Amino acid sequence: MEAHVREKHLRLKTRLMILIMILAGPLGNTLLGKGMKQIGPVSVSSWSVVLQTLGAILSSGTIWLGIALMITFFVAYSLVLSWADYSYVQPASAMAYAVVAILGVLVLHETVSPLRWLGIGVICLGVFVVGQTHPNTTESR
Amino acid sequence: MLRFVCFFLVVVAGTSGELCISRAMKEAGEVHDFRPAALLQVAARVMRIQWLWIGLALMTVGFFALLGILSVENVSFVVPVTALSYVVGGLGGMLFLGERLNRSRWAGILLVCLGVALVILGKH
Repeated sequence: MEAHVREKHLRLKTRLMILIMILAGPLGNTLLGKGMKQIGPVSVSSWSVVLQTLGAILSSGTIWLGIALMITFFVAYSLVLSWADYSYVQPASAMAYAVVAILGVLVLHETVSPLRWLGIGVICLGVFVVGQTHPNTTESR
Repeated sequence: MLRFVCFFLVVVAGTSGELCISRAMKEAGEVHDFRPAALLQVAARVMRIQWLWIGLALMTVGFFALLGILSVENVSFVVPVTALSYVVGGLGGMLFLGERLNRSRWAGILLVCLGVALVILGKH
């Protein structure tokens, strides 16, 4: 009985962290994309060009906001990895791909083809399959 | 060519970095207490683990490579393509972290890969 409660608690804790990950991560990526589009194509033709681009990146508020969200994602990710398997967490966080595509369309006005939506649907199905497995396989039970 | 190098770095350096960090977090132990003071204690403990810093360095390389691609490609294309890291992640989790991947987990990872392939095919 106690093991059952512990397992339930583990699943709840894991899913809460994954929820934070699939919201903060895609929003962060969207803002990074927006910021980089404002800066324009990156070139590595010379050191001065690289430094100029780096300066533009570091002075962009949009990019810093994106970085803050990516850090939020990263903290949730690190916490969840302290108890759940990487190979469980990584595919489970693939839900983020659907969220990124939706944000890409809504915020950045990107065009997503039907085939790409299908691909995203298949990714979510894969996530569902992975979600049925136990979150920790390295712990001796 | 530069795009290919960037995608490669995002997938390989990014995933290797995540694996290193996962190893550092496993060494630090499971987080039970979510109060700020306890979380700070965990952070202090993790910072003494070498794998964390190797992981952070690799993830930084992956991050700047990601910024490079995002300057020329759409977010809804770039981010799904980086899911190629599932293969690297699955193998790495098994070989480097000693995780056991059962059949259904492999099936899930394969479905995710199939989805990524469709996303690439649906670029235009």
